[in-house]
Amino acid sequence: MIYLELLWTFFKIGAFTFGGGYVMVPLIQAEVTSHGWMDATSLVNFIAVSESTPGPLAVNIATYVGAEVGGIFGAVCATFGVVFPAFLIILIVAKCYEKFKTSKIVRGCMAGLKPAVVGLIGTAVVSVGRTVFFPDGISFSAFSTLSFYVMAVIFLISLVLALKKKSPILIICISAVLGILAGYFVL
Amino acid sequence: MKTSRTALDLFLTFGKIGTFTFGGGYAMIPLIQKEVVETKKWITTDDILEILAIAESTPGPIAINTATFVGYRIAGTLGAICATLGVVLPSFFIILALSYVIREFQELKPVQYAFLGIRAGVLALIIKAMWSMYAQCPKSILSYLLMLTAFIAVAFFNLSIFPVIIVCALIGLVSSCLYERRTRQ
Repeated sequence: MIYLELLWTFFKIGAFTFGGGYVMVPLIQAEVTSHGWMDATSLVNFIAVSESTPGPLAVNIATYVGAEVGGIFGAVCATFGVVFPAFLIILIVAKCYEKFKTSKIVRGCMAGLKPAVVGLIGTAVVSVGRTVFFPDGISFSAFSTLSFYVMAVIFLISLVLALKKKSPILIICISAVLGILAGYFVL
Repeated sequence: MKTSRTALDLFLTFGKIGTFTFGGGYAMIPLIQKEVVETKKWITTDDILEILAIAESTPGPIAINTATFVGYRIAGTLGAICATLGVVLPSFFIILALSYVIREFQELKPVQYAFLGIRAGVLALIIKAMWSMYAQCPKSILSYLLMLTAFIAVAFFNLSIFPVIIVCALIGLVSSCLYERRTRQ
């Protein structure tokens, strides 16, 4: 049952993502590739597409993976799955808001969660980095290819812009233009 | 009658916010500020800060958390449903439409070159996200240990992410309890 599987997978992703957006990337990557729903490169491509289209990143990715795997109904299941845990939990929190706000349990858990999330995003950095710099597998010969250095330049420019808090859409546009220029004139 | 009108209003307002937010989450805040605080006067700026704090410490996309919370505050459970649907539906339909054309689109040579560059850009964005999360972390030995352990467990030992998250949350909880007991003594 592909629909149930989509629903359950994205339910888990929705229930375990704290902070939203990119925090989801390692989770989605692990789940989507282990199910064989999408390869790592198409997923990274799509992350860029969902940054450049309106709406929350999480919803966009869920809808897209769902539609790819199971058509319209698949998209409905995946999107519902990713939204529902957040909806339910907030509804509960909103009802006992004062207790939640001062809860030592919540604060304690968050103190452990945030560092874990940094490490987990780190794993996404490694695997996305692999698709960027070593598309044909990691080897010493990769360092002697021109494309490695072209990608390094585009990456460094993007990183400087990102750390200067430029908008993600601007960064994606610039890196796209650089990619096209490199494709036609350098590679 | 009055609640159903408010609910519809919530749906439309959050639909507008969902349509015009790129990147989701924090990018939504200025729009919520303008629509929900200044135009509709449903909540105050202080409320937004509290809602953000809650959204960060509960699971799920921040955009969804915020919409559900504001909707509930203003019109109860029905309001929560309407605001959440409002923020989800625009991007749902846009992506559904895109999913039909994106495959053919990706076959084009210039598009492939563009994505070559874009993947490097996305890598930078993910590193930036990691950096902002790092900035929010407590700077203690335990915190660094958790970062390293979570990374190694998933990257090298292929552990599933879910148990790693649960265990780290529990370690955080236990250590903060111990710390509190020690400071009280």
